[in-house]
This record gives sequence, C-alpha cells and structure tokens, in this order.
Amino acid sequence: MVRLDNITLRYRPNATPALNGVDCHLAAGSFSWLMGPSGAGKSSFLKLLHLAVRPSAGQLHVMGRAIHTARRQELPGLRRRIGVVFQDFRLLPHLDVLENVALPLRIAGRGERQLLADATEMLRWVGLGERLKARPEELSGGEQQRVALARAVVARPALLLADEPTSNLDEAQSRRVVALLQQMHRLGSTVVVATHNQWLAEENPAAMLRLEAGRLVEHG
Amino acid sequence: MAERTPRTRGRDPLGLKRAMADRLLPGLVAAMALLAALALAGANAAATMASRWEGGAAAAMMVQLPRSIAVAPAASRLAALPGVAEAIPLDHDRLAALLRPWLGDASGLPLPGMIELRLTSLGPASLALPAAIEATIPGAQVEAHGVWVARLSALARSLQALAWLVLALVAGVAAAMVAVATRAGIAARRATILILHDMGATDGTIARRFAGRIAWLAGLGAVLGAAAAAPLLWLLGGLAAPLLGDTLTMPWAALAALPPAAAAIAWATAHAAVRLWLRSLP
Repeated sequence: MVRLDNITLRYRPNATPALNGVDCHLAAGSFSWLMGPSGAGKSSFLKLLHLAVRPSAGQLHVMGRAIHTARRQELPGLRRRIGVVFQDFRLLPHLDVLENVALPLRIAGRGERQLLADATEMLRWVGLGERLKARPEELSGGEQQRVALARAVVARPALLLADEPTSNLDEAQSRRVVALLQQMHRLGSTVVVATHNQWLAEENPAAMLRLEAGRLVEHG
Repeated sequence: MAERTPRTRGRDPLGLKRAMADRLLPGLVAAMALLAALALAGANAAATMASRWEGGAAAAMMVQLPRSIAVAPAASRLAALPGVAEAIPLDHDRLAALLRPWLGDASGLPLPGMIELRLTSLGPASLALPAAIEATIPGAQVEAHGVWVARLSALARSLQALAWLVLALVAGVAAAMVAVATRAGIAARRATILILHDMGATDGTIARRFAGRIAWLAGLGAVLGAAAAAPLLWLLGGLAAPLLGDTLTMPWAALAALPPAAAAIAWATAHAAVRLWLRSLP
C-alpha cells in the first residue's frame, strides 16, 4: 500500500530535514500507530502519505504509484482514495456538518441524492445523526473530531490517516474514535494513526512506527 | 418507509457567494460596459461616416466637355478608365434644374455637356484620374472635390481605429480588475482551497467554481452597464441623425453581446488566475 525508500523531506532547501532517510513499508489492510515526541516528524510523515508534500529525496510509492516521479495531474485521483483526519479538524466553517461530510463525495462527482444519503448515514455512524444542520462552531471538540472522522471515511478510502485524532478528547471520547478507526480497518482500509497517547496504543496493539528527530527508529 | 435525506445548499463548497459577494466588481464592470458601449457606438458612427463619404461625394467627379465633343460617346470612353465605376451624362433638364437657383429659368441658355463619374474607390488610381481624363478627352475640365473628402474619410477611419483601441483597452482593464478580484477571493478562501485540494479536487474543479462566480458577477455588471448605455446611444443617435441620415444604424446587437462577452472574459481570466495560483501546490 505504502512504501518509503530512503525518504528525506525538507520544507526549504538547506533546512534541517523534517524526515531523514526513512525506510518503511505499510502493507494493504494494516493498522499502524505512529508515535514520537513533538517535532519528531509525525505530521510530515502523514503529509507525505496524503500527498500534501513530495519527498525532497528518496522514493515514495502510494497505492502502487511512484509519487516522487508522478505528474501533478495524476495526484488528485490518488488523493480521493485517501482519507485524512487532521489534528485541527479543518472543517469548513461556512458549511453545515452534513455538507462538510459530503464534501469528498461531491469532489468525487457523486450524484446529489446519493451523496447526501451517504453523508447522513456516516454521521449517524459517528453518533451525530441529530446534528446534520449544525455549523462546526456549534459543536464541541469531540463532536467536531467525529465529524472530521466521518468526512475522512465517507468515501471508503483505501488509506486512512489520522493526525492526533484524540488530542482534544477525554478518555471515553478517545476510545470511541479509536473504535471507529478500527472499524474502518476491519472494513479493509489501511490505517495509520499518529498519537501521543501511549495508553491507546497499549490498549489496542498494532504495528508501531516510532519517529525521533525525523528518523524512523522503530518499525514493527 | 425510507428515511428522508435532508435538503441542503451545498453547491458552493468554497463559500464564494460569501467571499465574493460585494458589489464592487459588478459596479466596476458596469462602468466598463458603459465605456465599451460608447466606444462601440463611436466606432460604428465613424465607420458609417467614412463609408458615406467614400461612397458618396468623395467618389464622384464632374467632367465638363468641350462643345465639340458629343456626350454619349465621351461617357463610354470615360467609363472605360481605370477607377471609374460609372459615367453618368447629365441631361439638359437636370443641368437646368441645378442652375435654376442661381440663373433662374436657363432653358434657353446653351449649356456645356457634363458627365458625373462615380469612382470605384478613393485609392491611388483616383489621384491619376484627372490626367487620364485630360488625355482621353482633350479640353475636358475636371472638378474633383475628392481630396478634402478623402482627408475627412481618413479622419473618420482614424476615429474608428481609436474607438476599437479604446474598446480593447476597456477589455484589458476589465480583465485586470477580474484578476485582482480573483486574487482577493483566493486570499479569502485559501484555507478552504487547500482542504479541497488535499481531498483530491482537481485544479480544473476549483478554477471552474471561481470562474463561474466571477463570470456571474461580471455578466450582471455588464447587463447594468449595457442597460445604462442604451438610452445614451439612442440620444446620441438622434443627435447624429442630421449628419448621417438614415445610414446610421445603432450597434444594438453589439450592445446585447456585451454581457456574454464580459462574462466570457471574466470566466477566462479568473480560470487562468486560479490555475496559475494552484500550480504552486504539489
């Protein structure tokens, strides 16, 4: 599903690399925790995987496509098969909850009736079936996190990435979000979850990727 | 029973109706459309004037024949000269009618043979025509008032070219305004664009949404501008009528084409501006 060969990522030429010589392979259908201290490169690792940046050096393959050499026009189609839960949710404030969740389907060109039905179903799945017309600012942090999760999974992505999805949540809410991520994993998605919460990883054993100062120090 | 899916207004995921809702762009485009309409009318009137002069007085010469030359054969010979479209003999009655305001009833006077020449154009051939007439019919006198008319005609053509230049300038300024408005829209919705881009929206999809919104605003402005221009053109047409007679036609079709033209320019400009900006993203 994802293969990184000696990947280096710099945001500016001659800057300290955010990722340095990273090699790893994520099999299709796997569930991985991505851990490490702040500034270790977790968000950069996820940005690479959802094609928000390209590697400065090395080879990156996502879903069989060589990203380091791919033409720019090839990337949107791949991005539509990747779901991302951002740390800061990134919900669109001018759209209601239902429209936020329907967005990936709209981008994919899904018919109006079908996309609204799917988005509604997904919001019910995350327990927000009664808040369809609410604006993001009317929701609590936990609810916004679940809307972000619903939006990330509504198009049934092959690769699901979550960047600190439990950072603003209490334990109960965190467990609920992880359960939803695991449910997507059981449905066939390859899942990578970046987190600081050691106890979550211990409660839910899975493959571990540990980054320190831009280097992958644990993979297994 | 199947559950109902809620109705929603989601066809504007970029929120452009809010981000680009101001009246500034339609107002500016309305002013540009008004200027464009006036430039069009100017070009149209100048073209009408030039055609009228070139095809009317300018394209005519009067030839007075010596008494010894018969009119009909002379007319045939003059008609064969290069640059002459038609040679029309003026009969005695018409000459008498022309002289009546000055001489009264001149039916008894001996009048010279006169031929009116209609020229094909006021090109270089017309300048050599008096000499050619003199060579064809020795003693013939030529009255050519085409020189000053040609100058007037050249002036009218210059005015027409100037009007087209103004029109092109107006289109260029309108395109620049649209580019600035698009930049402002991009700045207002930068975060949203990045989210859509990360979700797999293509450059074309994002650019089309901007272009559609901008084209709508510009088209609306152009409708207002064209509507404001219509009574002005009607008024100016009335003022020009005594000079140009019924040959002047107002550019109503061009006026009607202004809104779609403005929308098309706006669409293309906004589309290109957004695509250019998106190229900075991976």
